[in-house]
Amino acid sequence: MAATDALPSRLRRLAAAVRRALAELVASCARRHGGAQGSSAAKVFGVVGGLLAGSGAGGVELPEDRADAMYHRWDGGGLTAQGPALLVRKSIAEKVSLAATYYVDMLSNASIDVVTTASPYKETRSEYGLVADYVYRNSHIIVAGSSSSEPDYEARAVNLDVAQEVFGGMTTVNLGFSSGSDDVGKKNSPEFSETARHWRYRIGLAQILTPRWLANLNFEAVSDDGFLGSPYRTALVFGASVPERVPSTRSSRAVKLSILGEVVRDNVAYADYRYFWDNWGIGAHTFGAGYRRYFGEKLLADAYLRYYLQDAALFYSDNAQTETAYVSRNRQLSTFSSISAGARISYRAATLPGGYPLLVNGAYEFVSYSFDDFTDVRTGSLYSYNAHVLQLVLTTKF
Amino acid sequence: MATAVRCLIIVLVALAACAGTAAAVQASPAAASAPDFTLRSADGPNVRLQEQRGRVVMVNFWATWCGPCRQEMPHLNRLYGKYRDAGFTLLGVNIDDDQAKAVGLASRLGLKFPVLLDSDKKVSRLYDLSTMPSTVLIDRDGRVRYLHLGYREGFEDTYEKQIRELLKE
Amino acid sequence: MKARLSISLRLPAASVVLLLAAGCSIQPWVKPYERERLADPIMSMSNDPLSDKHSVHVREVREGARGATGVQGGGCGCN
Repeated sequence: MAATDALPSRLRRLAAAVRRALAELVASCARRHGGAQGSSAAKVFGVVGGLLAGSGAGGVELPEDRADAMYHRWDGGGLTAQGPALLVRKSIAEKVSLAATYYVDMLSNASIDVVTTASPYKETRSEYGLVADYVYRNSHIIVAGSSSSEPDYEARAVNLDVAQEVFGGMTTVNLGFSSGSDDVGKKNSPEFSETARHWRYRIGLAQILTPRWLANLNFEAVSDDGFLGSPYRTALVFGASVPERVPSTRSSRAVKLSILGEVVRDNVAYADYRYFWDNWGIGAHTFGAGYRRYFGEKLLADAYLRYYLQDAALFYSDNAQTETAYVSRNRQLSTFSSISAGARISYRAATLPGGYPLLVNGAYEFVSYSFDDFTDVRTGSLYSYNAHVLQLVLTTKF
Repeated sequence: MATAVRCLIIVLVALAACAGTAAAVQASPAAASAPDFTLRSADGPNVRLQEQRGRVVMVNFWATWCGPCRQEMPHLNRLYGKYRDAGFTLLGVNIDDDQAKAVGLASRLGLKFPVLLDSDKKVSRLYDLSTMPSTVLIDRDGRVRYLHLGYREGFEDTYEKQIRELLKE
Repeated sequence: MKARLSISLRLPAASVVLLLAAGCSIQPWVKPYERERLADPIMSMSNDPLSDKHSVHVREVREGARGATGVQGGGCGCN
């Protein structure tokens, strides 16, 4: 059409000039930084935020107003963690949306660590969050803060994420930065007071492949500093219990590729793979796949499988036979695999007075963990356990 | 630190460069004849663009799944009611696969102007739509005078100004 | 002592930038009027915000891996 003919050629010339300039800058960037630590570069760089890359291809719009109430529950490995969670989101002015979240975790902990070194206990953790979204042209900016507290641990975090639609809306670039700061305490030990800091940098690309297929590529670097262990956890060295010694820094990377597509009308299949590695020697693979379909107008069902594999940290040992600077028996850092299967149902239950929809969402997942180098000291054999995860959510949008 | 800031600028410039190609542009194209088309309207009868010669025509391409399109509708409705008697007409070309959904939303929104159904996308391809929504302003001689890609707050004031200008000719 | 990132972020950033720059000269091949299916909630990579947050949290406190989940924000940092 005549209207748009003049524009593409002018833009193509501009794009070519920009490309040349960018290539020069990037090359000089790489030359300058050969071998440098890159810490300040990374931190300043990370301040340009990023967002949830999973938003699909709906264009840049403010998230819709909503109120959600959830009941969540984890039952497994001797631990029960359950509680409510609430979310309320409202747009104020055409371009800004605010949300507040409240999350409670009530733990009843009789897990293997607890029963073999102490006695079962109950504890409650609560977390408050505030999120502000701002949409300007093709950009979506999110600023969020959260504060979590339990009797022996306080954590605060801020996040900044920016999603930018480019390339005619076919591609969304997401950049994100999070910074967290924790105060670590120890029950019945008022003199114990440590801190930990965390930084996360995310970059992601959401790409429309065809009118029915999408792909996402995400990369996240996490950096921790400070007291990264647990004051209650012990390690075994030559069979004797010693307090664990964990490095005071950790630096990790993760890359994830996801694909989602409509295979048949109203039937969607998706799959993802994530590779994780860090400077503690842990390498992990996560495989996921699932299928979703509509049943009639009101019901959406989703079923998925997840398989997780991890290699132990360098200083992890079930029962260390040498003296090393760092040693830990934290099974979270051991060699293990986990397989889970889950299903989720979303149902448009009713329409409330005023025309607001009431959506009911229920999910159940069965997870099985099996450890290759962590023994259950009560039985002497390798530890494994199963868990059940439940989520029930009521949502209304207005 | 300086190199870090440079890296930051690189990414922002790249984003701006590519985002720029997709930003809504208000173009004043060389006046070319608007491609003719005939589409079935939601009420039933066929509507042909050429038959609207003598009136100022605004063709608005929209879809039920497009947020900015829905935001724009009340403004278009108002403009249609206001300038209809002065020789202005508005054709809302809907591109949903599901025509029933389109007709349903049109009646829920109380659209007074003709809603035309282009579910096989023939007219969308003819007009080489690059953005949703797209609004084309055609003068009394059937020539394209203004093209608006996308919708943002304040566009409706520009539409009104341009409609009045074309009506005066 | 500040934590140091041993591998710089510049490589992924530079790749994204070059992809974008190259992409500037290719025309979008999925036209906006073909994006109807993509706007359907079934095509969303995430569920609702509370569910996603909970799912990521229960895994992150039990597994060594973290990050790149597509869910914004850091974990609670709790032990």
